[in-house]
Amino acid sequence: MSANVQHRPTWMGEPKAVTKLAKAIALIVTVLLVLFPFWIVVATSLADPQEVIANGGYVIWPQRPTLDIYKSLIDEGVVTKAMLISTGVTLVGTAISLACTVFLAYALSRPQIVGGSLILKLILFTFLFPAGMIPNYLVVQNTQLTDTYAALVLPFLVSVFNLVVMRGFFMGIPAELLEAARMDGAGEFGVLWRVVLPLSKSVVAVVGLFYGVTYWNRWFEAILYLNDSQMWPLGTVLRSYVNAGAGGDAGSESLAFAPQSMQMAVVVLATLPIVCVYPFIQRYFAKGVLLGAVKG
Amino acid sequence: MSVLSAPPDATTPVKKPAAPLRVSRPKTGFWGRVRRDRILLLLMVPGVLYFLVFHYGAIAGLTISLTEYKPFLGLAGSKFVGFANFERLFSNPDFWHAFFNTLYISFLQIVFFFPVPLALAMLLHSLTRNTIRRFVQSVVYLPHFISWVVVVALFQQMLGGAGVLNGLLADGGMDPVSIIGNPDLFRPLAVFQVIWKEAGWGTIIFLAALANIDEQQYEAAAMDGATWWRRVWHVTLPALRPVIVLLLILRLGEILSVGFEQFFLQRTAVGPEVAEVVDTFVYFFGIESGDYGFGVAAGLFKGVVGVILIFAANKVAHRLGEQGVYSR
Repeated sequence: MSANVQHRPTWMGEPKAVTKLAKAIALIVTVLLVLFPFWIVVATSLADPQEVIANGGYVIWPQRPTLDIYKSLIDEGVVTKAMLISTGVTLVGTAISLACTVFLAYALSRPQIVGGSLILKLILFTFLFPAGMIPNYLVVQNTQLTDTYAALVLPFLVSVFNLVVMRGFFMGIPAELLEAARMDGAGEFGVLWRVVLPLSKSVVAVVGLFYGVTYWNRWFEAILYLNDSQMWPLGTVLRSYVNAGAGGDAGSESLAFAPQSMQMAVVVLATLPIVCVYPFIQRYFAKGVLLGAVKG
Repeated sequence: MSVLSAPPDATTPVKKPAAPLRVSRPKTGFWGRVRRDRILLLLMVPGVLYFLVFHYGAIAGLTISLTEYKPFLGLAGSKFVGFANFERLFSNPDFWHAFFNTLYISFLQIVFFFPVPLALAMLLHSLTRNTIRRFVQSVVYLPHFISWVVVVALFQQMLGGAGVLNGLLADGGMDPVSIIGNPDLFRPLAVFQVIWKEAGWGTIIFLAALANIDEQQYEAAAMDGATWWRRVWHVTLPALRPVIVLLLILRLGEILSVGFEQFFLQRTAVGPEVAEVVDTFVYFFGIESGDYGFGVAAGLFKGVVGVILIFAANKVAHRLGEQGVYSR
């Protein structure tokens, strides 16, 4: 893999051993600062609850790793249900959001579309001047979305940032390619489907990840919009565990006295899907997908 | 921002959004163009409807700041009170407390958070082995994608009363330290949490700018015997200046937003004295106490301050010869 080694330019010279050591230490400390907390959470969730108590609330290395806590979480049902809800909201929400964002970004990326620049300005204005929590809350009430899962999706359908990222990418596709497809008789939809989207896999993956992560992580809006805690997604349920541990108000009584290892297991479950999907999409970040967009 | 418009992969770069695409018979007049673009316009319908209902509908809802809003009466039935909500807001000591607390936390973030992604990006950029560099990048980007609920839980587990730090201190025979739930340390802790969560992600924009610096500048500087510090000072920092200015302007516009969830989650434990920010004020004094008009007045004040600041900062940037957020 010769491509993996970038050769040091000659002018740089060979750095001193002290410099190398300082850099290595800085990197190791940085990586550990990020990863060690995750490790502690995983280790604590895999440990025997008695061992966690004996050790004062955490373990660094479980003596007898066991999945018992996860089994009892699944048997209890609250977390399992919340995971199903989160998965459903995330999959449906991401699909609809991606579709709407692609359509809108493609139309707005075409030069000279009638009304395009006005619509773009009106959309960018909402980014500069968001109405705020209470007006959004009242719109959700007035549109009868309260106590429906749609309240976790529709108010967040298109993110201006993602729209601008995608539009910027579409504008970079050479017009000649689109023109050639039109010459072959493709309609606007055919051009989008057969020319633009196949060239835009990286930006669709990145924007899809952004949507997926925000849907998966969304918890506060469930407190605002869903009165029935049976409908809560995983993040909101997790919050009642964490708050119970932090001495705050617990949302659900049965969870308030959960052992530490169970709290940590819920943290793992809430994080795992992101950690699993992220590496596959992370490689696109470097490709300039995000960067053409910073200027609105 | 020429440094930021990297071309997409698998395509050749184009300098300008290209020429007219249609060769079909030219349509004139507004309705002719609507007919010509009908498919594209149809594609826009769901997205445009969304912005109309959920954003402009909400912006229209700002008018309730002029009423004594009661949900069961609706906007039309609620009593019009003029600027009474704003008068109550500006004479409310709790609001000014939240306001100055937000400014203080923003100040701490700009001083202590802002340089971290820059330094980290320079460290990453200096790595010559791509595999190590990619690994570290993957690791430091990750926390950006983790929700605040999880981040607060992680900090509780690491630094809390029954956490790892105090466990290790006890093992070493030392006294425990109270960090989580300690009002005196909450604001520095909040800034540290933001550094942990966002510093890695913040490197992306700096890395792109660093990658665009002409190697020859470094080479020439090195030939002239410039030390590492002088190369940073005379080559790296000037090249990054547009990005730094852009990010500072955007941050200034957000000076009254330090994030809602982080403070909402920890407010119960440390109290409003240190954890109340404008956004949590809006929630507790507006939604939770049912005083909607009052809460919207607070939110609107925050929004207007943000817009004014971003335009003002941009003006200053133009005066200084920088490009800022938008040109002209």
